[in-house]
Amino acid sequence: MEASGVSASPAPSRSARGRAVRTIGQAWAWLFLLMLLVFFSLTGEGFFSPFNLQSILANSAIILIMALGQTFVILSAGIDLSTGYVMGMASVVGAIVMSSLAQTLPVPAAIFIGMAAGLASGMTAGLVNGLIIARLNVPPFIATLGMFSIARGIGFVLSGGMPRPIFIKNLGQLGNGSLLYVHPEAGVSFLSRPPGLEAAQLRQVVGILPHPVTLSIILVIACYWVLSRTKFGLYTYAVGGNAEASSRAGIPVQRHIIKIYMLSVGMAAIAGLLYNVRFTNGAANAGEALLITSIAAVVIGGASLFGGEGTIIGTVIGTLIIAVITNGFVILGVNAFWQFIAIGVVIILAVLMDQAKARLFD
Amino acid sequence: MTEQQPLLKVVDLYKHFGGLVAVDDVSIEVYPGEVVGLVGDNGAGKSTLIKMVSGVYHRDSGQIFLEGEEVHFDTPMEARDRGIETIYQDLALCENLDATVNIFLGREPMRQQLGFLNVVDRDHMFTESETVLNQLDIEIPNLRRPMRQMSGGQRQAVAIARAVYWDARLMIMDEPTAALAVAEQRKVLALCRTLRERGVPVIIISHNLQDIFAVADRIVVLRRARKVAELVAKETDTDEVVALMTGSKPGDLL
Repeated sequence: MEASGVSASPAPSRSARGRAVRTIGQAWAWLFLLMLLVFFSLTGEGFFSPFNLQSILANSAIILIMALGQTFVILSAGIDLSTGYVMGMASVVGAIVMSSLAQTLPVPAAIFIGMAAGLASGMTAGLVNGLIIARLNVPPFIATLGMFSIARGIGFVLSGGMPRPIFIKNLGQLGNGSLLYVHPEAGVSFLSRPPGLEAAQLRQVVGILPHPVTLSIILVIACYWVLSRTKFGLYTYAVGGNAEASSRAGIPVQRHIIKIYMLSVGMAAIAGLLYNVRFTNGAANAGEALLITSIAAVVIGGASLFGGEGTIIGTVIGTLIIAVITNGFVILGVNAFWQFIAIGVVIILAVLMDQAKARLFD
Repeated sequence: MTEQQPLLKVVDLYKHFGGLVAVDDVSIEVYPGEVVGLVGDNGAGKSTLIKMVSGVYHRDSGQIFLEGEEVHFDTPMEARDRGIETIYQDLALCENLDATVNIFLGREPMRQQLGFLNVVDRDHMFTESETVLNQLDIEIPNLRRPMRQMSGGQRQAVAIARAVYWDARLMIMDEPTAALAVAEQRKVLALCRTLRERGVPVIIISHNLQDIFAVADRIVVLRRARKVAELVAKETDTDEVVALMTGSKPGDLL
């Protein structure tokens, strides 16, 4: 046998130019986010403050959570169009169960059971999605479009077409409170504002790590770990890269796809429950606008709609780019409608960047 | 050679798809340390025959014996677990993943993190992949690169390395040299001989009779779902095999 072995054709990335383009190609989303931060910090008064940056994170938590679930679906070469209305449906189920149980049960139990019910309603929708896609071979676009409409209908039927307020005292503290509170004189306190402060002093209290941000961080770490370290994550990439090959290698592809769709709407349901505690109501159309935004976040983060390419970090960056544009435009006083145009441009740019990258390296 | 027990013995395998008979009572035997070339025109039944052996298709009738023991494979995984590795024309690789993941796909080694979290042991995959690739004299400069950035020969080599790593007892190769550059075709045929030297018999399907004659010890000719001839490679030539494939020579087994 020849000693040379199977030799490689020289890779284009060996050249200095190739290396530079490659680095930019991989880091462009980071660079773009950085540019946005610098731009808005210089032009928008009050943009670059810990308070504002933290509120950007808190406000983007719901979208981020939905985008994290969608990342797994898109990696597997699927799409989940149902997440927006499943999020709304879960919030309605959560609101109804919490409100009715709170009259008889202790409040924490009512909240817990309400959340479990909301989550279960979402997971059921995901199980149905997964079964239809994996077992009946219906394309994900169609199956989840069906569930989009079904969840929308169920949400409105259950809520009677109106947002369902949740009458639980201090529920909003769960969604709007922070882990730590700092006051220049009263010091640091945990979970609630330092006691015994007057109204004027209360305004000086700064909340650190709002609960939605803490929840986001936990879920980001969990999803990152699952995707990059576990068999589940590896199989998600494998199924998205080549479902046929995965199946021949012995991966239970159908079962894996069902799990992915359950995860996706499970995350959407968590987003719906976060909506419950943040706005103390449940609304069937709460996630209406968030579906496309969350998919946009995944795509801006570099995931390929053909499957197999994408990361959790990418999705986080994609979400932050959208959130920073939204917040920055508000601070600059730009008409809110312009943000849609800006985000649209970014989505198209992101896909163009990925195509250029693919042309250069593959 | 016929004194030995055949590793694989296929008796009167039959399969039809609707009204079309794809494989009509075909019997073959494969002995340790030999390369069997399976040839035939398009639609002669080569792939269907192979897919019954590798568990992809279920046979309508007939028997398959592995080392004398009758086997029934419901899934390709069951065949793989018994040491029958098949490398298909499309290689069945995940192009977005690297060579190490592809070698271990479906059988990932795991390790524990923090004592209770099961994670994929990528370091183990990497070192084991390096070892098996070295054994086969396959050189892949960067094991962390996704497969799609590799040449056709490198992909073929990774597919073979995967089969070898998992202790293939019988290797089936479906058109392994199609779509390869000439130098890479040679390399793949060399790998085929390496397997034979290691005692792993190979069934090779190819349209390219040059390839078949380069490696095969015996040649089985199929025509219209039937086995028409079984030849010792050294005692025949391309003209005879082509005549048998096309039917201009009837074949002595009909």
